[in-house]
Amino acid sequence: MSTETLKVPTMAEMMASGKQPDVLFWVGCAGSFDDRAKKITKAFVKILNKAEVNFAVLGTEESCTGDPAKRSGNEFLFQMQAMTNIEVMNAYEIKKIVTACPHCFNTLKNEYPSLGGNYEVMHHTQFLKSLLNEGKLTIEGGKFKGKKITFHDPCYLGRANDVYEAPRDLIRKLEAELVEMRKCKQNGLCCGAGGAQMFKEPEKGNEDVNIRRTEQALEEKPEIIAAGCPFCNTMLTDGVKAKEKENDVTVLDVAELIANAEDL
Amino acid sequence: MNLLDNIFFALLLAAGIGFFAFNVKKLIRNIKLGKDVNRTDRSSERWKNMAMIALGQQKMVKKPIAGFLHILVYVGFVIINIEVLEIIIDGLFGTHRVFSFMRSLYDILIGSFEILAALVIFAVVVFWIRRNVIKIQRFWKPEMKGWPKNDGNIILYFETVLMLLFLTMNAADYTLQYMNEANNHYVQAGTYPISSFIAPLFNNLSFHSVEIIERVCWWLHIAGILSFLNYLYYSKHLHILLAFPNTYFANLEPKGKFPNSEAVTNEVKMMMDPNADPFAAPAENSEEEIPEKFGASDVQDLNWVQLLNSYTCTECGRCTAECPANQTGKKLSPRKIMMDTRDRLEEVGKNIDTNKGVFKEDGKQLLNDYITQEELWACTSCNACVEACPVNIDPLSIIMDMRRYLVMEQSAAPNELNNMMTNIENNGAPWPYNQMDRLNWTNEA
Ligand code: SF4
Ligand code: SF4
Repeated sequence: MSTETLKVPTMAEMMASGKQPDVLFWVGCAGSFDDRAKKITKAFVKILNKAEVNFAVLGTEESCTGDPAKRSGNEFLFQMQAMTNIEVMNAYEIKKIVTACPHCFNTLKNEYPSLGGNYEVMHHTQFLKSLLNEGKLTIEGGKFKGKKITFHDPCYLGRANDVYEAPRDLIRKLEAELVEMRKCKQNGLCCGAGGAQMFKEPEKGNEDVNIRRTEQALEEKPEIIAAGCPFCNTMLTDGVKAKEKENDVTVLDVAELIANAEDL
Repeated sequence: MNLLDNIFFALLLAAGIGFFAFNVKKLIRNIKLGKDVNRTDRSSERWKNMAMIALGQQKMVKKPIAGFLHILVYVGFVIINIEVLEIIIDGLFGTHRVFSFMRSLYDILIGSFEILAALVIFAVVVFWIRRNVIKIQRFWKPEMKGWPKNDGNIILYFETVLMLLFLTMNAADYTLQYMNEANNHYVQAGTYPISSFIAPLFNNLSFHSVEIIERVCWWLHIAGILSFLNYLYYSKHLHILLAFPNTYFANLEPKGKFPNSEAVTNEVKMMMDPNADPFAAPAENSEEEIPEKFGASDVQDLNWVQLLNSYTCTECGRCTAECPANQTGKKLSPRKIMMDTRDRLEEVGKNIDTNKGVFKEDGKQLLNDYITQEELWACTSCNACVEACPVNIDPLSIIMDMRRYLVMEQSAAPNELNNMMTNIENNGAPWPYNQMDRLNWTNEA
């Protein structure tokens, strides 16, 4: 990977120089703090830089969307978070948001409007697809040509919002062999992290959900398990480790695949 | 038929339909115990959903074998009910096969009823084998012990008996049509592709004996149908009626969109308004605001669509079979959430009946007495159950409402979740990182 520094303008900087970005990149808590997810964030920014997208981040003015609080049942905390974020974004006159986290995506897109936050919200795979369509981004197959890749549908992208094709279209562009798991798209199995499960131990049972899902992915004998969510990514990476397959199978975000293919 | 028969028939019919109507009224009252929610918008989409999912069985056929067999039984029952119309007219007016004047159309009708009846029996036998011999897993979960298990089988027996009565009745009728007997009122009408194979059994019997067989089957058939109608209310079989309103009123929003509580919005706005004076007297219009209970701990806290959902549930377990928590051995089963809601609602309904129309506190509630916290916290909110349900039931919404109660009324979240929420409150992230460090990733190698 190149060591070129990332260009990550903040909204505050933009504002100070009298500029308005075309799109706000909502980094999210995982994307900002989680070591694995930070790599996804950087990969995505590299693509944005390469495609010369006029974007900005909120930086220290960004705060949790409130998704894990809402799924835990804490509507108060969720709405406090939502209204604080909406206040910030409306002050910056944000119109369009892209995020690499399906949970942020879902919350911003579906649950912010009735609280006064109306934006066009895109998942990063949808956004990358649109860059491709507009000719601002090209994807070379090369590196991943013929590699077996299976895509794990994040619940909050797939079933929750009916986005199934954008990530798959991108993977196909890599000239990879896209193999589907027995349980995919509408019938995809959860990775086990949703509904705030990420932040607690699972209840008593006989197996962990992420192991079950990893097993399903491994059945297809892929070289890469592609994900589109930082939490799924962690869950599946742990699953692959638990199955002692980390030397044969890597878990990568769709943005990482593209950044890798482009040698970014 | 003599006049006495007609009167008896009319009474039987009135009793059967009357008792059913009585129960339907109770059902509607119980559903109305739920909170209001607006589900009358976007009516064309709603009609379309009902047409595709309830009438068209769109989601049933996702499992092709069960879906196909289910369509056989479903189409069979709907179409054979045209025959019931004839039976009712005959019964009330003392006619016999009153539609037979339609001649060749009648032949086609009766012929197709018979073939459908045979197909229904076939499907029912396969269903029975799937439940009791192959023991398909989803029919053998803990919540399916006792009544739910028997209920599933009783329905199958009921359907078989009704179909056999119908075919035997036809076989006897067919035999009688060709017997030499003075004043034979059994007109030669209808084709009998199936029952003509049963008819030879009656060859050596007298006209009178066959007539008795025909009458007995005729009466038992209609009595059976009326009993089945009244059995519905006590059974998961209620879905044959409620699937229609249930798919009509189902949620049309994206599945990931959970409703925002308006009561909370008002409070949060107050808290965040820098001009709000916390010690000020309450504004005039909010003076009598009753402090609302957040979330749901009992059925009355749920909305009426959730309660309608619970009565519609057919206990098929497709939701539970897809549930990641259930698949990995956790206690949570979305089907059980629906069954518990219905059972508690029935209990509350009976309580109201015995206490002259008002609910008397019974020291029980849906939470803990029916649904445990362990179940609620095992949910990943993945929506697999909602997607899988052939009649668009939403178990997840009930789970979420109950979590809201646990957290906002009882502060009873698991510890780790409390820590996560404290972190969000203090530093705007579910982990203990400083909000000021949110951009650090830009300068890390
Ligand atoms: S939403 Fe909850 S109850 Fe429904 S399938 Fe997923 S984990 Fe199970
Ligand atoms: S909720 Fe739906 S899928 Fe689940 S058991 Fe009831 S009818 Fe079947």
